Amino acid sequence: MRFYEYESRRILAREGIPLSKHGFARSAEEAKRVAAEIEGPVVIKSQVLSGGRMKAGGVKFADTPEEAEAHAREILQLEIGGHMPRGVLVDARAAIKQEYYAGVIYDGVRKRPTFVFSDMGGIDIEEVADTNPERIGRGHFSTILPHMDFRAKDVIASIGITGSELNRLTPILSKLARLFLKYDMTLAEINPLAQLEDGTFVAVDAHMDLENEARPRQRELLEELGVGDEETREAREPTEFEIRGEQIDAVDHRGVAGNVTEFDGNLGLVIGAGGGSLTLFDAVRRHGGKPANYCEIGGNPSVSKAKNLTKLVLEKPGVDKIAVMMSIVSNTRVDIVARGVIKACLELGHDPAEKIAVFRIPGAWEEEGFKILEKYGVEYYDRSVSMHEAARRAVEKVGAASDGAGPSVDEHPPATVDAGTSGEGEAP
Amino acid sequence: MSDREHHHLIDEDTTFIVQGITGREAVNLTRECLDYGSKIVGGVTPGRRGRDVHGVPVFDSVAQLVEEVGEVPDGSVVTVPPAFTRDAVFEAIEAGVALIVIVTERIPRQDVAQMVELATLRGARIIGPNCLGIIRPGVAKMGGIGGPARDARKAYEPGSIGVMSRSGGMTTEISSTLSAAGLGVSTAISIGGDAIIGSTYAELMSLFEADEQTEGIVIYTEPGGRMEAQLAEWVVENESRLPIVAFMAGRFMDEMPGMSFGHAGTIVEGRADTAAEKINRLQSAGITVAEEISEIPDLMREKLGQKATA
Repeated sequence: MRFYEYESRRILAREGIPLSKHGFARSAEEAKRVAAEIEGPVVIKSQVLSGGRMKAGGVKFADTPEEAEAHAREILQLEIGGHMPRGVLVDARAAIKQEYYAGVIYDGVRKRPTFVFSDMGGIDIEEVADTNPERIGRGHFSTILPHMDFRAKDVIASIGITGSELNRLTPILSKLARLFLKYDMTLAEINPLAQLEDGTFVAVDAHMDLENEARPRQRELLEELGVGDEETREAREPTEFEIRGEQIDAVDHRGVAGNVTEFDGNLGLVIGAGGGSLTLFDAVRRHGGKPANYCEIGGNPSVSKAKNLTKLVLEKPGVDKIAVMMSIVSNTRVDIVARGVIKACLELGHDPAEKIAVFRIPGAWEEEGFKILEKYGVEYYDRSVSMHEAARRAVEKVGAASDGAGPSVDEHPPATVDAGTSGEGEAP
Repeated sequence: MSDREHHHLIDEDTTFIVQGITGREAVNLTRECLDYGSKIVGGVTPGRRGRDVHGVPVFDSVAQLVEEVGEVPDGSVVTVPPAFTRDAVFEAIEAGVALIVIVTERIPRQDVAQMVELATLRGARIIGPNCLGIIRPGVAKMGGIGGPARDARKAYEPGSIGVMSRSGGMTTEISSTLSAAGLGVSTAISIGGDAIIGSTYAELMSLFEADEQTEGIVIYTEPGGRMEAQLAEWVVENESRLPIVAFMAGRFMDEMPGMSFGHAGTIVEGRADTAAEKINRLQSAGITVAEEISEIPDLMREKLGQKATA
């Protein structure tokens, strides 16, 4: 879960990390007032969850409160990366001597959190890693021993920083590590961490991600910041289709119908589980198919959950047929999924044999499941037909069905990330 | 603890316990493992001492179990809810349990880091979290891997290929493909799909290296993380005797940075996280990357053949 910059700054302030003088404003008038309080030149920054604010025109400089107000008005109307800003941050523009980067992330290979520190702040740290790797210091720290400040000091000193800079930077990096653990962050970075002309340091921009799994135990922080339970803060706003998918999953605790994601193709997918879905989605695209959606069923969903998800997919505009496919299941029951998808077809007045291009779920209770499918004339496969082969046949069937109708999917402009493009290149 | 850990994670003598044994999933898992021939010596659920699950006695704590059973079990399968997992794993490690399979999903990363750090200090090994466990076909299974004994027997035939997978379901799909092709499986490990896991591919390789039954390795992998790079380095540095075939799912995610699909650890955050970058790394270490699951047996046979004639 991402935090807005103004929230990340509040977290830094809470933990005693110095910040430039600033204020958050939801309106242009408020921005003017904050600018007047700050006195002197300010920066107006869009509070939006996507990157690239500067390039998109979401960061502007102002010398007077009136100018700040005008800029704020513009920025508040400006959509960046599909997101509207939540407000603007009005930040004092101080004379900066040097910019640093301070970050903490997890290292999945060493399985520990690690400091990342550089004296080349203000730019993307990955760029520094490419061009000047020697200017980046790194070092792991323990999650079970008491936090040790010297670990932070060692990292900063490792890139040649000494003197008062070292002594002033150490507590800042160390505090960043402490808050990273305290608040279950997966990323905590200050970039730039600026040294002002008087030698002191202030955080000028901050970026933090809290782990979704830890939200329940970080309730106090989230309440303080006013983050509601319904705010997913994902890279992309969920579409109506995706919100309905989440609801289908939430109303019934039996099994999972997760990660329902909208695409703009004509082949509806009822697929599972985690790894199986990734494999099958790739397989459909590899054979030139255009998925209408992504999803992950598993954990033995109830008939009604399977049915409701299938209905959602079938009712999506542009969907010609659905493919019901999973890797071999040992927990989810084949017969239950079969019943759910057939019911969905019948309730919508479709012939299951026509709407279900293929059914490929081998495993637990498959004999019972196959019997049901046979009764309705649905084409089904056992494990002797590979996942890719099942996907290929599904694509073939939907392709034949939409012949002459042209690329009907274009009538429904993608409200989502377009992942169909490279699939076209692979089509025979 | 005995010598066998140096070669196999589990064998016919491996004893283990189930923490959280009275939960619904755990009851099923216990039945499945017993039916498959595994030795479950006890279970733990605080407050449920004196009950039994399919004949397995239940205790309030691991320490109590050790005292009454009279020995430290070789392993533990942990199935308690996410908020209690860390403590349950600490409890097992501090009682001297050397192999811990964590089934529970949705555990915050910090908790995983803490469990792994303590395990490392105490010389214990963690598999998972968010995994289905370990199976040695025809010998024993530890965890829900493969499902009921009957289904597990159908998908997993004893053979020569080691399988490691970030997806539990795909462990079975791949093993079934290898079994149907006559190659069979020596040991299959569902390593878990989270961003931090107890044992990575590279960290498990030495066990397969030392196992005479294993002649080749198949891995299932996804975008996100640096575990494939670590494996590629390990293979080159250790001049591994084992040919490896990899399958990479989630290639479409390269076009959707910042979005997470499949498992918690599956997210493209940087260039090294992408499927394309991982495929390059694996290939440059001599690992063959299959385009489809069904190609895996032939690709493996080809590699085994090259090795035999070399």
